[in-house]
Amino acid sequence: MPEAISNPGAATVDPADDKTPVVEFQDVSITFDVKPVLKDISFCVDRGQTLMILGPAGCGKSVLLKLANGLLGPDSGSIRIFGKDITKMRESDLYKLRAHIGMVFQESALFDSLNVEDNVAYRLHEEGVPNEESHARVVEALKFVELSQAIQKYPSELSGGMRRRVSIARAIISGPDLILYDSPTGGLDPITSTTIIELVMKQRDVSHTTSLLVTHRLQDAFVLATHRYDAEKGMTPIPKDGPEHGIDPGTKFLMMNEGSVVFHGSTEELVHSKDPWIKDYLA
Amino acid sequence: MALVFPDAFLKRWVAAVQDYAILCGTAIANMFSGPHYWADVFTQMDSIGVGSMPIIVLTGFFTGCVLALQSATALTSFGAVSMTGSLVALSMVKELGPVLTGLMVSGRNAAGMASEIGSMKVTEQLDAMRALGTDPMRKLVTPRLIATVFMLFFLTIIADAFGIAGGALMSVTILGLNASTYLHDSYRGLVHGDIIQGLTKPLFSGFIIATVGCFCGMKTTGGTQGVGRATTQAVVISSVAIIIVDLLVTRAMIGIFGS
Repeated sequence: MPEAISNPGAATVDPADDKTPVVEFQDVSITFDVKPVLKDISFCVDRGQTLMILGPAGCGKSVLLKLANGLLGPDSGSIRIFGKDITKMRESDLYKLRAHIGMVFQESALFDSLNVEDNVAYRLHEEGVPNEESHARVVEALKFVELSQAIQKYPSELSGGMRRRVSIARAIISGPDLILYDSPTGGLDPITSTTIIELVMKQRDVSHTTSLLVTHRLQDAFVLATHRYDAEKGMTPIPKDGPEHGIDPGTKFLMMNEGSVVFHGSTEELVHSKDPWIKDYLA
Repeated sequence: MALVFPDAFLKRWVAAVQDYAILCGTAIANMFSGPHYWADVFTQMDSIGVGSMPIIVLTGFFTGCVLALQSATALTSFGAVSMTGSLVALSMVKELGPVLTGLMVSGRNAAGMASEIGSMKVTEQLDAMRALGTDPMRKLVTPRLIATVFMLFFLTIIADAFGIAGGALMSVTILGLNASTYLHDSYRGLVHGDIIQGLTKPLFSGFIIATVGCFCGMKTTGGTQGVGRATTQAVVISSVAIIIVDLLVTRAMIGIFGS
């Protein structure tokens, strides 16, 4: 696989030093009409960590990601991204903050009137990056997701897995400090899902980008927690007899049910949890 | 069908009016601050203006034809068939040109805007746009507003011209009037106030078409069925609003110019 893309525009989010959590939710609640979707959600994600958000369909996982990107505002509680409280930010300031956040949407959300190159380069065009430079960076990002041949195609000409890969390329092209993946493997076949998970792993292990990954597929979550990306071999299991005992220490889990957090902790804590609902969910 | 209580219905209606007012205010305010998406403005001008030309030309022309024939029937009983040119010109410039152009463009473009933006909404493309640091109001709504107001003004002039031309064709070929007399009479029948009245209306109609079309698109929910609903709503609301605002502008203009 090609090397990870460079990080030209990122790492300038001033308030976030290494000790400040990149994402911090405090007692966040949101209600749609009369239905509470999230209830007093609190958690934080440190720099370089990957937080896997698990839970059954409709438990508020995608809403949580949209809140983290400021696409929705909570009814109560505070959300701090890179140490800044985004619930008190003006929309114009949120646009500036989002330059440091990449997001992969559930259904890819590619602009169907633009080709792959223009979709991936969208943010660069908005920032006024010269065409030659943006083309070079698009090529680099598409190489990362192994989709260089599709640069001139339109979203309607791509398969679901290819669309998801273009969406990942679009999210990482500006070298974000935080990536939000909303069910990146949802609706894909197992082989394509593995390819997508390998890309997520590569971004995690090569660029060490902090990420939140929503999924309802346990196997994807555990593959990410127990494997590491190797530049030569690709996805390889973490040795069980090594210092990390076969588990990536930077990967944490957040389990949700009916809008509430039922578990937040490491992979080991999750698999050894005695909570009957968690045991039932993992079974 | 679920029973909706009057207070819930009223609240929803007031909230929609409030959201529409905010959309209008933001779209106008965006014109005076950057970033501006001029390429999108020109693309929309091409789509709305040039794209609507055939229907506007046909509508204007045939309306002028019918108007000449119908008015001649009534004018003959007074022996004033020579006044046909004046009547057609006045009707087209003051009323039919602006209103019919507004309604035709509303049917074509308010529907187009609602379905395009609505599809983007239900496929999360609007959220993706925001996530990529672009304000959809600036990128999608403001260019459509500028383009519609600007192009509707010129489309109305074209509709007026073709309406008068259609009236001329009927007057000369069927009613046996002299072409020079018809055109001279048309010209003589119009005063500055009539033209100002006729060209003020498309500014309001253009504003209504763009803002209602975009508003219905932005508020779309419920997948492809929701897109269809938003499209229908956009056409119905903008068409009715154009006719109501036409009445208000006409009354205001009569107040200003006295006729």
